[in-house]
Amino acid sequence: MSSGSAAAKGALPVLGARNMPRLLRALLPALSLALVLAGIAWLNPRAISYFGFTLMLNLAVPIALATIAQMFVIAGNDLDLSIGAFVGFVGCVTATWLREAPLLGAITLLGCIAVYAALGALIHLRHLPSIVVTLGMSFVWQGLAILMLPKPGGKAPDWLLAVMKLKPPLVPFPIVAAALIAALAYVGLMRTSYGAVLRGSGGNAVAIGRAGWSLLKAKMTLFACAGLFGVLSGLALIGTTTSADANIGNGYTLLSIAGVILGGGEFVGGRVSPVGAVIGALTLALAASPLLTFMRIPPDWQVAANGIILITVLAARVLISRRDAEG
Amino acid sequence: MRDVLGRALARPWIWSFIGALSVWLAAIFFTGGHGGGGMLTAALSLAVFTIVVGVGQMFVVTLGPGNVDLSLPANIGLASAVAMTVMAGEDSRIALGLLAALACGAAIGTANYLLIWALRIPPIIATLSASFVIQSIDISYGRGLQIKPPPGFADFTNIQILGIPILAILILVFTMGAGLLLQRTVFGRSVLAIGQNMRAARLAGIRVNRVRFTTYVLSGTLGGIDGALLAGYFRGANVDIGNEYLLASIAVVVIGGTSVAGGKANIPGLWGAALFLVLLLTMLNTFGVSAGVRLVLTGLIIVAVITAAGGAETAR
Repeated sequence: MSSGSAAAKGALPVLGARNMPRLLRALLPALSLALVLAGIAWLNPRAISYFGFTLMLNLAVPIALATIAQMFVIAGNDLDLSIGAFVGFVGCVTATWLREAPLLGAITLLGCIAVYAALGALIHLRHLPSIVVTLGMSFVWQGLAILMLPKPGGKAPDWLLAVMKLKPPLVPFPIVAAALIAALAYVGLMRTSYGAVLRGSGGNAVAIGRAGWSLLKAKMTLFACAGLFGVLSGLALIGTTTSADANIGNGYTLLSIAGVILGGGEFVGGRVSPVGAVIGALTLALAASPLLTFMRIPPDWQVAANGIILITVLAARVLISRRDAEG
Repeated sequence: MRDVLGRALARPWIWSFIGALSVWLAAIFFTGGHGGGGMLTAALSLAVFTIVVGVGQMFVVTLGPGNVDLSLPANIGLASAVAMTVMAGEDSRIALGLLAALACGAAIGTANYLLIWALRIPPIIATLSASFVIQSIDISYGRGLQIKPPPGFADFTNIQILGIPILAILILVFTMGAGLLLQRTVFGRSVLAIGQNMRAARLAGIRVNRVRFTTYVLSGTLGGIDGALLAGYFRGANVDIGNEYLLASIAVVVIGGTSVAGGKANIPGLWGAALFLVLLLTMLNTFGVSAGVRLVLTGLIIVAVITAAGGAETAR
C-alpha cells in the first residue's frame, strides 16, 4: 500500500535494485507518452516541431483540464459521469453570455462551481452513490446546454481567443499550459497539508474524521475543485474551437476517466497522481488522432486503435506492479 | 396497517414504483384521463429492453465496487447487426439469428473478463476499451447494412395480449428466473458474497474467478439478446441502437435499489425503475416541453428520487 502511494505521489524514490519496479511504475505514464511521441516522430518527423506540437496538442489542454477535474473526484473515491456534459454547458455559456454579457457569464460560471460543491455536500450527507447523482446531472447540464445553444454557434470572447493563441518562445503553448496545470494540481493536492487531508478522505475517511477534519468540507472542496477545472476546461475548449455546440464535450467523460487511470490513479483509496493525469491526457490526445492519422489507420478502426492503446499501456503497468508486489 | 406501510417503505425497490406511479398519474391528470392505458402499454414495450440489460448490469454491479459493464451499448449494436445478417429476413432462420446474437454477446463477455482477469485492468476501463474495439468492428461490419428483420420476428416483438406486450410477459418470467438465480442458487449467492467481501468469499471456498467470469458472460449474453430484440422491434439493426442503454442500464440498477457498493441486488426494483424512466419521458412528452427542458427535468427528477431513496437506507 505505502509503496504504491509513494510511487503515485510522483516523488521518485531513492534509486536501488528494489525500487526499480516502483520507479518504472511512476515513470510509466511518461514512458507511454514517449512511446507515442516516438511513433509519431518515426511516422512523420516533420510533426516534431514547434508548429507540429502546437497543432497536434491543440485539444490536449481542455482534455488535460477535464482529466484534472475528474482526478479530484476520483481522489475522494467518487466518479463524475457528468464532466463531459458539464464542459459542454460551460462551453455554451462561454460562447454566448461570457461574450455578450461578461458579468452574467462570469456569475453563471461561478454558480456552476457552487453547484458542484453542493453536489459534493449532497453526496456526502445523504450517502448517495456519486455515479447516479452525476449521471442525473449529466442530463441536467446537457439540457441546459441545449436550451442555451439549440444550434451550434456562438463565438468565444476575444480575450480567450488571444490567450489560446499565445505563442511563447521555444516551447509550444499547449506544453507550457499542460506543465502549468500539472504543477498547480501537484502543489495543491500533493504538497499542501490540506491536500493530504483531501486524499486521506478517499484513502481512509474514518481516520480523517477521527482526526477532527470535516469530511463534508473535504468532499465539497474536492467537488468544487472539479467544478473549477471543469469550467477551465470548457473555457480552453471554446478558446481553441472558437465556437460552441451543446454536444461538444460529450467524449470528455470517458477520456477524463481513462486519463486519470492511464496516469497512475486508482479508483479507490485516494491514490491519484496529478502529473501522471496530465501526461495521461496528453498521451490520449496524441494517440487519439495524430498518431492514427500518421499510421494511415482507416477512420473505421481509429476507435478500436484507441482501445488497444489503452489496453496495452494498462497491461504494461500491471506487469510492472506485479513485479513490484513480488519484489 | 401502519406497520405494513412502514415495512413496505423500508424496501428499497418501493421508491421506484412510487416514482413510476406518480409520473403516470401526473401524465394522466394532464391529458384529463385519456390514454392512460395506451401509455402503460407503450411504457411496457420500451421498458423491457432496459430491463434485459439492466439484469446483466445488476449482476455485474453486485460483484462489488468498480464492477460495471460499459461495453453494453457497443455489444447491443454489434449483436443487432449479427442477428439481422444471420436471419437474412427469413422466418426459418429466426432461431439461428437469436443463437448468433447470444453467441456474439457471450464472446464479448468473455473478452471483457479476459482483459479484467489476465491483464488485471479495472473493469470500468477494461469494458470501456473493449467497447471501443467492438464499436469499430460494428462500424466496419454493419455499414450500410439494411437488412429488415424477418416478418415473423418483427411481428412477434410487437404482439400484445389485452394491451400487454408479449415481450413484457416473457421478460417478467425471465426476471423471476433471474430472481431465483440470484437468491436461490449457489451462483447467485456467490455473486452476492463476492460483492460483500471478495477476500472472505475466496477464503470461504468460492471460486471467485469462475463466478466473476460467468457474471460478465451473463451480462454480455443479455446485451446480445437485447440487440436482437431491439432490431426486431425497431425493424432493423443500427450502430447507435444501443447508445442510450449505457446510462439507462446503470440508472435502473441504482434507482431500483441495488447497492453500487456491491453485495446487495434487487430485481423488482429494475421493473419499477425502468417503468419510471420510460413513463417520465412519456409524461414530459405529453407536457409538450422542449428537448432541453425534458433533459433538465429528467436529470433533476433522477437526482431527487435517488436522494429520497438514499434517505431510506442511511444506515450503511
